[in-house]
Amino acid sequence: MTLPATTDTPIAAIPLKPRTTATVTALRPASRRIAFAAIAANLARTILPPLVVLAVLLAVWQVVFSQPGSSLPPPSQVWTESYDLIVDPFFVYGSQDIGLGLRVFTSLQRVAVGFGLAALVGVALGALVGQSIWMMRGLDPLFQILRTVPPLAWLPISLAAFMDSGPSAIFVIFITAIWPVIINTAVGVRNIPEDYRNVARVLRLNQLEFFTRIMVPAAAPYIFSGLRIGVGLSWLAIVAAEMLTGGVGIGFFIWDAWNSSRLTDIIVALVYIGVVGFVLDRLVALLGTIVTRGTARN
Amino acid sequence: MSYLQISRVGKTFARGASSTEVLRNIDLEIEQGEFVSIIGHSGCGKSTLLNLIAGLTEVTTGGIILENAEVNAPGPDRAVVFQNHSLLPWLTVYENVNLAVAKVFGRTKTPAQRHSWIMDNLNLVQMAHARDKRPTEISGGMKQRVGIARALAMEPKILLLDEPFGALDALTRAHLQDQMMDIHQRLGNTMIMITHDVDEAVLLSDRIVMMTNGPAATIGEVLAVPLNRPRRRLELATDRTYLRCREAVLKFLYERHRFVEAA
Repeated sequence: MTLPATTDTPIAAIPLKPRTTATVTALRPASRRIAFAAIAANLARTILPPLVVLAVLLAVWQVVFSQPGSSLPPPSQVWTESYDLIVDPFFVYGSQDIGLGLRVFTSLQRVAVGFGLAALVGVALGALVGQSIWMMRGLDPLFQILRTVPPLAWLPISLAAFMDSGPSAIFVIFITAIWPVIINTAVGVRNIPEDYRNVARVLRLNQLEFFTRIMVPAAAPYIFSGLRIGVGLSWLAIVAAEMLTGGVGIGFFIWDAWNSSRLTDIIVALVYIGVVGFVLDRLVALLGTIVTRGTARN
Repeated sequence: MSYLQISRVGKTFARGASSTEVLRNIDLEIEQGEFVSIIGHSGCGKSTLLNLIAGLTEVTTGGIILENAEVNAPGPDRAVVFQNHSLLPWLTVYENVNLAVAKVFGRTKTPAQRHSWIMDNLNLVQMAHARDKRPTEISGGMKQRVGIARALAMEPKILLLDEPFGALDALTRAHLQDQMMDIHQRLGNTMIMITHDVDEAVLLSDRIVMMTNGPAATIGEVLAVPLNRPRRRLELATDRTYLRCREAVLKFLYERHRFVEAA
């Protein structure tokens, strides 16, 4: 019984050892090369198509607007006339002659204040409306009506109330961004599973503990989709509000450029606004996935 | 006077003009350290009865008295192990238990004592190894064990188990039943468990409360299980007392109170 066992093991062990080491050393560089190739292919798949589309669009634009007497400038003219705006976002030549990066930064500061306030107040109000059936009955119709008011329609009344363009612009951001935050938070709070509420009741969590420990984390995915819509709306509103209130922001820059017939500058500013809006949206989305990584239902 | 006294308890759910009487005239006394199972067909109001004891639902008539105090609100002295574990998915295993411990012992224990109390309870259900995992990363049986640890960590007067093993496969269930018996043996907690598994009821309980069918369900019969502890699953499989108890429950459920589909 023992003899076959002892003869078996050495026979199996001798050919096995070199074979395994040989395969491991051979595989490693190969698999690494494959990984590089995969990453490159992946990059090509995501980056190449938009670049091609962009090139085609620029070419069409160039051809269409190059004729004499066309109403809008072609891309080549944008490049030559607004060269300093494109290559240096942060130049300062005077109090009103500064790079677009600095103007965007001023606008972003306003958005940060207005949107920050909207997020705080919106989550609190949304929690209230989601938690209490009477609050919902009382406030929801009001919210549904007010949220359809366009951002700029709030501007005259806020100018009258604050008597200053700075706070008025911030108020317009606030009032634009708050509705999706309220409504999404309320839906999230209403959808908190009954089990979590029962856990809180058995533990006798007080209102504040329930809010911070259960309600906010449980509703976080909803809250963040509200914030994401809200930040997009704020960016829409700031440009429009600054056009009317003046100052240093990117919105006023466009208005000013229009008044002095610098169409190429407007086109550059539009690109800035689009890119910044896209980055804002992605930032809030990224924050959302980080914060809610544990909240997915199981 | 008994540890837990349920006297003439009835529960009627009213919705608008219509009302449904779920429970009628429930009388039950439970002693400290007892393990009592409540068994009955689905829809007979077992869970409602457990929620009444937990204080999550208010009684319509009658009253429940636990250690000379009336039960009229939920509290950590009647910890509940929910059917679907209901761990908070954004907290780790450790943090889930900590939520309960911090709330119940926040003033009476130091942070170091609380930490070792959390680890004691996780060790009790053999889940200390997964303390930093989130509920989504562990199996159903493990989640239920953490749920039990969270409930035990509140040091409750009564542990209420709402079909705790109902959603688990047979092997995991058997394993957890053995662990539950072991915990009951070591800590001597008073436990009330809802189940619709006859073997589970006989194996774990000192007494089995059998409910009639709803609506207006009540206690049909209470069966004492005179088996010595610790009990061993394999030895009991041929034990005559065990088989007699099992038969009594089966007869009650399938002969005298057959489940009517419409009910």
